[in-house]
Amino acid sequence: MFSFLKKNSSETATAPTAEKSGTSWIVRLKSGLARTGNQLSDLFSRGGMIDDELYDELETILITSDVGMDATNALLADLRRHVREHKLSEASELKAALAHCLLKLLKPLAIPLQADTHQPFVIMMVGVNGAGKTTSIGKLAKHFQSQGLSVLLAAGDTFRAAAREQLITWGERNNVTVIAQQSGDAAAVIFDAIQSAQARKIDVVIADTAGRLATQTHLMEEIKKVKRVISKVMPETANSPAAPHEVLLVLDANTGQNALSQVKAFDQALGVTGLVLTKLDGTAKGGVIAAIAKAHPIPVRFIGVGEGLDDLRPFVAEEFIAALLDQPA
Amino acid sequence: MLDNLTQRLSGVIKNLRGQARLTESNIQDALREVRMALLEADVALPVVKDFAAQVKQAAMGQEVIGNLNPGQAFIGVVHRELTKLMGEHNDALNLAITPPAVILMAGLQGAGKTTTSGKLAKLLRDQQKKKVLLVSCDVYRPAAIEQLRTLAAQLEIDFYASDISQKPQDIALAALDYARKHYHDVLIVDTAGRLAIDEAMMAEIKQLHAGLKPIETLFVVDAMTGQDAVNTAKAFGEALPLTGVVLTKLDGDARGGAALSVRHVTGKPIKFIGVSEKPNGLEPFHPERMASRVLGMGDVLSLLEEAQRGVDVQEAEKLAKKVKSGQGFDLNDFKMQMVQMRKMGGVSALLDKLPAQLSKAATDSKVDDKAISRLEGIINSMTPLERSKPELIKASRKRRIAMGAGVQVMHVNQLLKQFEQTQSMMKMFSKGGGMAKMMRNMAGKIPGMR
Ligand SMILES: Nc1nc2c(ncn2[C@@H]2O[C@H](COP(=O)(O)OP(=O)(O)OP(=O)(O)O)[C@@H](O)[C@H]2O)c(=O)[nH]1
Ligand SMILES: Nc1nc2c(ncn2[C@@H]2O[C@H](COP(=O)(O)OP(=O)(O)O)[C@@H](O)[C@H]2O)c(=O)[nH]1
Ligand SMILES: [Mg+2]
Ligand SMILES: [Mg+2]
Repeated sequence: MFSFLKKNSSETATAPTAEKSGTSWIVRLKSGLARTGNQLSDLFSRGGMIDDELYDELETILITSDVGMDATNALLADLRRHVREHKLSEASELKAALAHCLLKLLKPLAIPLQADTHQPFVIMMVGVNGAGKTTSIGKLAKHFQSQGLSVLLAAGDTFRAAAREQLITWGERNNVTVIAQQSGDAAAVIFDAIQSAQARKIDVVIADTAGRLATQTHLMEEIKKVKRVISKVMPETANSPAAPHEVLLVLDANTGQNALSQVKAFDQALGVTGLVLTKLDGTAKGGVIAAIAKAHPIPVRFIGVGEGLDDLRPFVAEEFIAALLDQPA
Repeated sequence: MLDNLTQRLSGVIKNLRGQARLTESNIQDALREVRMALLEADVALPVVKDFAAQVKQAAMGQEVIGNLNPGQAFIGVVHRELTKLMGEHNDALNLAITPPAVILMAGLQGAGKTTTSGKLAKLLRDQQKKKVLLVSCDVYRPAAIEQLRTLAAQLEIDFYASDISQKPQDIALAALDYARKHYHDVLIVDTAGRLAIDEAMMAEIKQLHAGLKPIETLFVVDAMTGQDAVNTAKAFGEALPLTGVVLTKLDGDARGGAALSVRHVTGKPIKFIGVSEKPNGLEPFHPERMASRVLGMGDVLSLLEEAQRGVDVQEAEKLAKKVKSGQGFDLNDFKMQMVQMRKMGGVSALLDKLPAQLSKAATDSKVDDKAISRLEGIINSMTPLERSKPELIKASRKRRIAMGAGVQVMHVNQLLKQFEQTQSMMKMFSKGGGMAKMMRNMAGKIPGMR
């Protein structure tokens, strides 16, 4: 669904963020979308009055985007309240009103990641199998380098076949050092990497880890240990908290309601500080982010929109919502 | 995995309990619960709608006979329809063709194609004595070929080496040629993950299909997939003549509704499920069992089958006799029980197969495979006399046993206590109440649980 972002990356990068200028974000959003040739081809342009059928259609959009029953019901309740308060009656106004309700929910999650607050700034990537951790690391390396920060990668997935080689390739593509070992101990590799980054005055260390399902208790214990070891290399000081400075949970946009369980489980185990939502270049909408925003909010730092080095975007709530609602009924 | 659905549906039964008969209105409520439960379980909306309509039709035409109550009758209908939707029986792979039989793997990025290719190769070799060749046509994802090469080496399966400078089509045809010349029975072709809307990549896999003429084309899909499963499955189903589906990562806690969506949209049977990252984590899919599991009956059938595979039948019979008599269950039997449990894949694998509430109770009480091996160690350092007459074990014997097993006396005490509990459970089992009662009591009393 984010194909329009992909093709118009320059435009996206300069897309104005809301509330800065006088015009409402909806107006700017609409014109922005028109520019990308993606009109809000909405079912409400046909006019008429707001009725239950329209609410049903909106409910369908939300449910089929993986927003989930709870968040959908809450959003629709909020929407009805909004419609009453603003005395809306035109069908054409309803979708914009829903976008408004969604924005209230999602805007607080759009907090960018600041990686220049400590040196080295240590990021730990976690998530279930196949979510896109390693690929996102490749893209992040590029992202930070383009901000003028030096990067070092740690091959902490010591389980999956050729996971190390996969990360090493991303290291080569970015021309950054990858610390890897033959050993099967993730904590040891990452420990090494951080020490080496300290010695070389590297700005950002990104540690890969093996995918794991929250039901695998022993693996969840293992990753807690990895975090403890990281905090031992860079303990808390007077002016900085212990490493890791960011625990990024990677979520696949194709995931349904289980994403919420993933957020809860990984947060409970590790204290997740940010999310990356991958594979938004497909047809999946990633609406489960709305469920997460409601039940267990954590900042969404980036979205993934492809398999290439440049296919990483900051999470912009307005764009995300536009893509969510812009679908054939 | 589908346990949350199970819980919802338990609610449905409860709500219908006490109703005299199925009426249009009380079925309405139950149907809404079913719809909600399925949506929460990530079954795609259009599939939920179709399913609810089917259930309604079947239920309304249904007379409540005999001593079934309406709740049971309704659940019966849901169960039957769910089973029907999931495909009624297990479809095995069809490899009946002049070798090499080609299996083509297809699916989204990260679904589990490569891992499943390895698992499938192992399964076909171990269970059907097939000579298998693995090849990767994934020239895109970094180290994708290396991943399959590593897996093949680990499993000692033949691997046809390819390189990212080659075209997928060329790799595939060369591998096919190689398989023919080297008398392989099966060629498994791993492919790169692709989005259904990526036209170039979909054209590529169509071309692969045309060149390879696979007898099996398997769509690999992640059990955590949400609503978009219908769109993806539809697109892959239209691009390729799929012959089956593999549902991966069912060892997680995803509710697994994608199973229903994909099955409904493609009309193709789910042939296997992935239940672990390890090479032996591939199992045949059993629709009826899945439906039972959905409905909270637990996967008793799988459990039984697994027990048969892993457990020494004679030993088990001996144990059963003792259990029946309620007499003479000693530490030798206790130990054997643990050994059997280990053969069946450890406590955690076992628990997974039990009904929702029971396994939840059990997980809450912290199951621990390691604790089992410790218990075994302790029993091993006892004399035969002590094992058959545990009441002899007093302070000095306890110290000796603890030393021999490298544990603390405390642990020996713990073991003896667990033994006593198991013993009394066994007695209870023999007195009546049978299986259900034992299951109820098992959660707290299996050795290794605290
Ligand atoms: N827990 C669990 N993990 C699995 C299962 N099947 C695959 N995986 C894991 O899921 C991740 C992705 O699996 P792959 O086999 O690499 O998936 P793929 O479809 O080949 O991925 P790409 O080639 O990257 O598109 C790996 O970390 C696997 O170990 C399963 O049944 N259970
Ligand atoms: N289309 C698409 N594919 C992605 C994206 N991010 C990752 N992938 C693919 O998803 C698969 C799994 O990614 P990987 O980084 O290996 O996942 P990990 O197991 O979490 O490390 C790979 O095939 C990646 O190329 C994305 O944003 N879009
Ligand atoms: Mg990885
Ligand atoms: Mg692969």
